[in-house]
Amino acid sequence: MEYTLPPLPYGLDDLSPAIGRQTLEFHHGKHHQAYVNNLNNLIKGTRFADSDLETIVKESDGGIFNNGAQVWNHTFYFEAFAKNPKGEPTGPLAERIGRDFGSFGNFKEAFSKAAATLFGSGWAWLIKDAYGNLEIVQESNAGNPLRTGLKPLLTCDVWEHAYYLDYQNRRPDYINAFWSLIDWKVVEKRFEMG
Amino acid sequence: MAFELPQLPYSYNALEPHIDSLTMEIHHTKHHGAYTNNLNKAIEGTELDKMPIDEILKNVSKHSPAVRNNGGGYYNHNLFWSIMSPNGGGKPSGELAKAIDKQFGSFEAFKEKFSNAAATRFGSGWSWLIDKQGELVVFSTPNQDNPIMDLAEIKGYPLLALDVWEHAYYLKYQNRRPDYINSFWHVVNWAEVERRFNLL
Repeated sequence: MEYTLPPLPYGLDDLSPAIGRQTLEFHHGKHHQAYVNNLNNLIKGTRFADSDLETIVKESDGGIFNNGAQVWNHTFYFEAFAKNPKGEPTGPLAERIGRDFGSFGNFKEAFSKAAATLFGSGWAWLIKDAYGNLEIVQESNAGNPLRTGLKPLLTCDVWEHAYYLDYQNRRPDYINAFWSLIDWKVVEKRFEMG
Repeated sequence: MAFELPQLPYSYNALEPHIDSLTMEIHHTKHHGAYTNNLNKAIEGTELDKMPIDEILKNVSKHSPAVRNNGGGYYNHNLFWSIMSPNGGGKPSGELAKAIDKQFGSFEAFKEKFSNAAATRFGSGWSWLIDKQGELVVFSTPNQDNPIMDLAEIKGYPLLALDVWEHAYYLKYQNRRPDYINSFWHVVNWAEVERRFNLL
């Protein structure tokens, strides 16, 4: 099947100044697009030619995995942002965060630390495990928690291309700004759906 | 003995237009500076405190990830600055030129192989030309790993290195890593690469 780049669910200026227009243009229009194009070229004539993206993420390796997982990861990352979202989760997700991390503040601190200390390129994730427990995991490069049976709820891209134009070497400043963009309604829905 | 961030052997704008001044300044003061500081923190009060960096990296598998990551970052950037020059570019000469022709067929074939290793390294890392017991080898490593580490897949003496972490090129080239790699060839300090080769 031919994959296409999903449009951003907001305008290129809507995340400024936390994530600037130029960053979004490159991150979505060039990086995310390149992963889509590479994936389409790589799966031709392979057993993944007609697979859905989740199957590719779970079962492929090498270049097909790198590009397929990066398509999945970026779509998931961009989907969780909104212009001026509400500040904190509510309902069952908020309760579970309180249970598993002690407080929303503790969760934010632990997630921020995972994002800040991942060495090299990769992603920090909030996941729900098979027993419904929340955990924070780090994945290098294109890594994705679906491969180990975990359900992703939220991710932060810490490849340098996600923040270098806005923050250069100051990754912690990017992570700090990341919190102001999260549309918790999206994350709550992910938590409640299975 | 704490490691020190070395001065660059040229000014921040010396490699313009191939590598821009702001990138050089942040790369040297912030990234290389942080690896230096974090390496010093990681080895403070340990038996590594008085060891040269090469000796630390030779047995790096015995030490913490902080020593591997920051020790690698410290060593790799030291080398990277030294193998570039505002008077660089062109081709190697002498024994190194002969060895490259012998190993790769031609200088152009070598360049293509090295550029390809740099372009296809997924994520952060480095592309290398090394001497592996008399044989020249081109390959890449992830993150700040390097060929003098005991845990490296391919080990040898580094002759040429190219940083392909996005911080090395993103301000000027953004997603266009291949353009950065092309520009790199204009600033390679072949005199230094030859000096390293002739030490062997």
